[in-house]
Amino acid sequence: MLKQIEGSRAVAEAVALCRPEVICAYPISPQTHIVEALGELVAQGSVGNCQFINVESEFAAMSVAIGASAAGARAYTATASQGLLYMAEALFNASGLGLPIVMTVANRAIGAPINIWNDHGDSMSQRDCGWIQLFAETNQEALDLHIQAFRLAEELSLPVMVCMDGFILTHAYERVDMPTQKQVDAYLPPFEPRQILDPDQPVSIGAMVGPEAFTEVRYLAHAKQMEALELVPQWADEFRRAFGREAGGLVHTYRTEDADTVVVALGSVLGTVKDTIDEMRRRGVRIGALGIACFRPWPLAAVRQALAGAKRVIVLEKSLGVGIGGIVSTNVRTALDRAIPVHSVIAGLGGRPITRASLGAIFASDTLDHTTFLDLDRPLVERVLAREKELRRSGPRAETILREKHGLPAR
Amino acid sequence: MPGADSVDLMFQIRIHGRGGQGVVSAAEMLSIAAFREGRHAQAFPSFGSERTGAPVVAYCRIDDKEIRLREPVMQPDALIIQDPTLLHQVDVFAGLAPGGTILINSSRSFEELGLKELVQRYRTRTLPASEIALRHVGRPLPNAALLGGFAAVSNQVSLDSVTAAIREKFSGKVADGNAAAASAAYRHAQAD
Repeated sequence: MLKQIEGSRAVAEAVALCRPEVICAYPISPQTHIVEALGELVAQGSVGNCQFINVESEFAAMSVAIGASAAGARAYTATASQGLLYMAEALFNASGLGLPIVMTVANRAIGAPINIWNDHGDSMSQRDCGWIQLFAETNQEALDLHIQAFRLAEELSLPVMVCMDGFILTHAYERVDMPTQKQVDAYLPPFEPRQILDPDQPVSIGAMVGPEAFTEVRYLAHAKQMEALELVPQWADEFRRAFGREAGGLVHTYRTEDADTVVVALGSVLGTVKDTIDEMRRRGVRIGALGIACFRPWPLAAVRQALAGAKRVIVLEKSLGVGIGGIVSTNVRTALDRAIPVHSVIAGLGGRPITRASLGAIFASDTLDHTTFLDLDRPLVERVLAREKELRRSGPRAETILREKHGLPAR
Repeated sequence: MPGADSVDLMFQIRIHGRGGQGVVSAAEMLSIAAFREGRHAQAFPSFGSERTGAPVVAYCRIDDKEIRLREPVMQPDALIIQDPTLLHQVDVFAGLAPGGTILINSSRSFEELGLKELVQRYRTRTLPASEIALRHVGRPLPNAALLGGFAAVSNQVSLDSVTAAIREKFSGKVADGNAAAASAAYRHAQAD
């Protein structure tokens, strides 16, 4: 059924259709509307046999999800930003124990400086925590990925993070096609746990493992994730057959057939990238895009194949690995088996708009550096650096930048 | 060719107001109204830290095909200004397309607001939306009335779709009052 609703509402309704049995969450912007809507749906009795548990922190949210999943319940939570960091230890436990929890990350920047707006710093910081990471381009894809995520998680007995851009998607009203309960039930069978805490057949989950077997347990964790490289496209194909539309998979290509330049990106910015590419194509520029729908496991072969004809690659990314630069570009470089330039363009940090005008200029540039910060206010940075050179006690940097930006006298 | 001329046919609206005036809800309801007419629509707020009284911006795009663009609306085809005191605080007219539409919540004319020079260049209209809302909703919340006015001055959505969107977003007396305000504003704007 076609609906014009907020992205958060769409995700909440899709999660409800997946018949979760335990939802535990702690509110944090921009995830709040998702769990508010789910709380309402559970209270109305429209989520079947589901318990909504208010917890006191994100660490508790993930811990409750771990307990629920180990007891055989289909468990769901959602978070963002500092909330994801606060549950970091439990994230590794969920994946290490092989518990198929599904979580939405409403992507938001990480402080300091505190910033409530969108970028990918939060989920990128947890890219190697053992969870599968899927990135949504639109609200339709966000809701569809949640349905696939439960299927994938339970098939592999691994947790899955569905990443969607905070505010840009979570707070946007757009058209979505909401499937029926019958369709979702046909795609997503009831949860059959591989392991279960059952008083009648007692087991212990979470044994201490010493040097004699720790490597083997980690090896299996890696092998399990790599198995997802087969299953992600398989479940996406099955999804297309069942629901009649494309969602998920490992990567999506856009006009790459004869493209000299391929732009690699994740998430909602791909829409603006595609519009920019169409404008450039009309002027005869041979440019295309590669969207990474599954970031973990890293789809090395699919990326290599998609970039096979490219003469150069521009990786547009909403996060920064301080001390190395682009995180996605570092991954992209591992997928290339020939020497072509890979340029990182760091964009949209802390919610800065990514415009067609700026993208058009950067994509057209033939003098890109290894790493470029889109729309960087260079004079502002120079002023702050000059001040730091001059003064030992130059003061707190974020406050100094804001005063400079707004033309206020320095303290 | 996919996406050809996507920009040219798209209609973009920017709504300016203050926290508490229902700016974000207005953009959302406008998108619902367009959706009800079978069109694609996208509404989103400017994501500021919203506080009562602080300037707030929300956007709505309407098109006949899927909308992929995620940048803020920088070249609007229409502006809805929910609070005329913003005229002296924010560059509300920034980027307005030539011949674009400006709808301001005010009982005064553009000339009286000191905006005479805009009348030649744009389609301009003022509407006493807060007064209409006071009458029908009991509170000076101008958003629904302005959407009724927008239906009258633009060819983008019908009044029926606007009132249906209001009823989708609100219920009971609040929905009735706002739908009545939108209808009254529509008639007012048509009579001008």
